[in-house]
Amino acid sequence: MSDNDIGQRVKKIVVEHLGVDDAKVTDEASFIDDLGADSLDTVELVMAFEEEFGCEIPDDAAEKIVTVKDAVNFIQEHAG
Amino acid sequence: MTSQGGVLAGKRGLIMGVANEKSIAWGIAKAAAAQGAELAFTYQADSFAKRVRPLAEQVGSDLLVRCDVSDDADLDRAFREIGEHWDGLDFVVHAIAYSDKTQLKGRYLDTTRQNFRHTLSISAYSFTAVAQRAQPLMRAGGSLLTLTYLGAERVAPNYNVMGVAKAALEASVRYMAADLGPQGIRVNALSAGPMRTLAGSAIADARFTFRWSAEQAPLHRNIDLEEVGQSALYLLSDLSEGVTGEVHHVDGGYHAIAMPHPDRVNTKKE
Repeated sequence: MSDNDIGQRVKKIVVEHLGVDDAKVTDEASFIDDLGADSLDTVELVMAFEEEFGCEIPDDAAEKIVTVKDAVNFIQEHAG
Repeated sequence: MTSQGGVLAGKRGLIMGVANEKSIAWGIAKAAAAQGAELAFTYQADSFAKRVRPLAEQVGSDLLVRCDVSDDADLDRAFREIGEHWDGLDFVVHAIAYSDKTQLKGRYLDTTRQNFRHTLSISAYSFTAVAQRAQPLMRAGGSLLTLTYLGAERVAPNYNVMGVAKAALEASVRYMAADLGPQGIRVNALSAGPMRTLAGSAIADARFTFRWSAEQAPLHRNIDLEEVGQSALYLLSDLSEGVTGEVHHVDGGYHAIAMPHPDRVNTKKE
């Protein structure tokens, strides 16, 4: 998987889940501060990433995933 | 099956504890609505309202009531509101639990008094508090259903104080079944296998539990929301007229296994 592929798929999940305009979902956009996610949304996003990429994101890693880029980096390193 | 011919046709049910489309309460709600039930939903706080409303609309429900089960006055108000809209209630689904996430890992032994009290209050007592207020609205043939897990009966890693709370909840099912039996109101619990829900994700090593259960259950897989919904239909409807005080396992048979077959032990914790 290329970074670009993963990035597009992560962005699609974020756009669909949070119901935000895809132009706002930049690499650096923070789910909570920039995209209006609440704490439940962030848990749901992590679960959606796990399903999409077939990987497991432990709690301590999930806490550090606050932007699209964070998610892409984690998945790039761990997706099977 | 069409709503005219459904096993819950003409019945009104209150669904408590939908968080999102993966919630067990939602699986039950969908199954009940498909069998003709008219539904109302409660939500704990505004952060849940925005999630519950679109789901309620999917099953044609516009009766959404805020209800914080930790607050007796709020419970009173919520059931008053339901009583103002509906002249009777046939079933209640209680799918509510809470514990401090930091104590859903490690040792049970380290549970604090404060979290013990809070977990038992929200996850066990709230069903009793709901039953007290639902009973005056319920007709003979009514059904109260709560959700539990095998961790109430045996030790499940990291389930900790939630297991203790679910044990209290299951005991309360039996006591309330005795109290409400004379009125024809039945009280049961559905013990679902592990599911990937928002609440389930709070338990440490949830994914390991999920994989292990799928490998060891007699059906050799995990169960899904539709299957929980179908079993709940039985417990909520007149199909289970003679059943009360029961804990019904919907877990692919996992609860029946004492020890895995050696051939099936191939899971390593990662």
